[in-house]
Amino acid sequence: MKSGKFWAWVVFLLGAAYFFIPLIATIEFSLRMRRGVYSFDAYKVVLGDSQFQATFLFSVVVAIFTILLGVLIVVPTAYWIRLRLPQLRPIVEFITLLPLVIPAIVIVFGYIRMYGSNSPLPFLGSNLGANALLVIGYAALALPYMYRAVDTGLRTIDVRTLTEAAQILGAGWGTIVARVILPNVLIAVLSGAFLTFAIVIGEFTMASLLNRPAFGPYLQNLVANRAYEPAALSIIAFVITWGCMSLIQILSRFAPKSANRPN
Amino acid sequence: MRLPTQWLGVTPFFIFALMFLILPTLYLMLGAFQNDAGEFTFANIVALFSANIVAAYWISIKVSLASSLIGAFAGLAIAIAIVRGGLPNWIRSATLTFSGVASNFAGVPLAFAFIATLGRLGLVTVLLNTLVGLNIYAHGFNLLSFWGLTITYVYFQIPLMVVIIVPAIDGLKKEWGEAAATLGATQAQYWRIVVIPVLWPSFLGTVILLFANAFGAIATAYALTGSSLNIVPILLYAQIRGDVLHNAHLGYAIAFGMIFITGLANIFYIWFRTRSERWLK
Repeated sequence: MKSGKFWAWVVFLLGAAYFFIPLIATIEFSLRMRRGVYSFDAYKVVLGDSQFQATFLFSVVVAIFTILLGVLIVVPTAYWIRLRLPQLRPIVEFITLLPLVIPAIVIVFGYIRMYGSNSPLPFLGSNLGANALLVIGYAALALPYMYRAVDTGLRTIDVRTLTEAAQILGAGWGTIVARVILPNVLIAVLSGAFLTFAIVIGEFTMASLLNRPAFGPYLQNLVANRAYEPAALSIIAFVITWGCMSLIQILSRFAPKSANRPN
Repeated sequence: MRLPTQWLGVTPFFIFALMFLILPTLYLMLGAFQNDAGEFTFANIVALFSANIVAAYWISIKVSLASSLIGAFAGLAIAIAIVRGGLPNWIRSATLTFSGVASNFAGVPLAFAFIATLGRLGLVTVLLNTLVGLNIYAHGFNLLSFWGLTITYVYFQIPLMVVIIVPAIDGLKKEWGEAAATLGATQAQYWRIVVIPVLWPSFLGTVILLFANAFGAIATAYALTGSSLNIVPILLYAQIRGDVLHNAHLGYAIAFGMIFITGLANIFYIWFRTRSERWLK
């Protein structure tokens, strides 16, 4: 077993080197903007750039709407499947996995052809419509993660008893979903939400092909034209992803582990 | 009428899926088999087999295959090291958290990280040159190439493998190891006869998932190579932007080809998954 431990260390350290050297290189590069000394100039330039602020804000807003739309679609569906239509589960699960099969570029290509300005549903005829279509597209991309997170959350609560108790107290379906089920799976929903945020914030393909002023295309443009600023932005993007994942980890500690009577 | 109220609860989901996932995809699928006049034809599919499109598919398949295989084996090694290697506990949880981050760290920032590392003026390139006198670019290495793209993709492939395979390794029951030891099996026999056959389906399934993951990716490659490396997603991107192939229906056919390949991969994935679930509960 001694040699086993030795090899485990070797593998781990090799892996760590592969993963950390690019990060170190990027940090080092991002600090080199001022000749001869390390400085945070690149970060200052980037954060002060009005285009950065505008595109980043745009992407944050899009991410928030994506999360809201995702919750609105996924929570009632997953709840209803557990409660009343378990026979539909395989079909719904299959559909939620489709975005892993159909590449994002193909989905957005379909949107462009189906919802162009001359179509019966001209999403792309106006700015607002195009923004809405971007949110919809992102919600579709995030569907596998959101559904899985919410369904896992529902598994840990006793859906049937909670529903019956709420019904006895006179609650309607809307009240049950919004005020009984949702608060109980909030932690699962939030971890799905942060994952969605991490995916949406720097997404390039859909935003670029729908001509939206988002963070991803801005970043792409910067890489082509600048030297040090993209390095600073890459580090910022990494920190944001790291933040989202850490929040998911922290949240998962608060999640209930099992129901009294799992259904 | 009981049925309608039952189904009302899932109607928004199905409308969403139909309008924004299934119909747009079907639209392209059907378009792939039509000409400009809307008549049925195989001409677009046949046109896929022209030299530059076949070359694009081929390099995409090669990059996806290489990055998924390297990512899978390296990820498996790391997963075994942190679960079974007797490393301190914090390494396991730190590695898992980091894997969650790195598997979602793709696109432009990832491309730039590798430009800063292995580009012509990258940290590693320069260090190798000044410390060891090894100029990797003089030896034919180029970040904007098959190997450059593969090494970059591996950065999100390995962590994805780790995230998926660690639970599978955790699922190996302690009793199996004890039973094997009782029957006099050596450590090597235990791995060869018990562990590998049990892990094999989830391993293969994950390889396929990684393949599809790399095959559809565009942002990383686009940021890294611009349009100098002609992979399928970049070809399709250029086609959507400006009809570079001068044939709208050929664009649909390329999309059809992409779904055909990722779809085929996923059918295998589901098949392997159901096989592995029999053992790993």
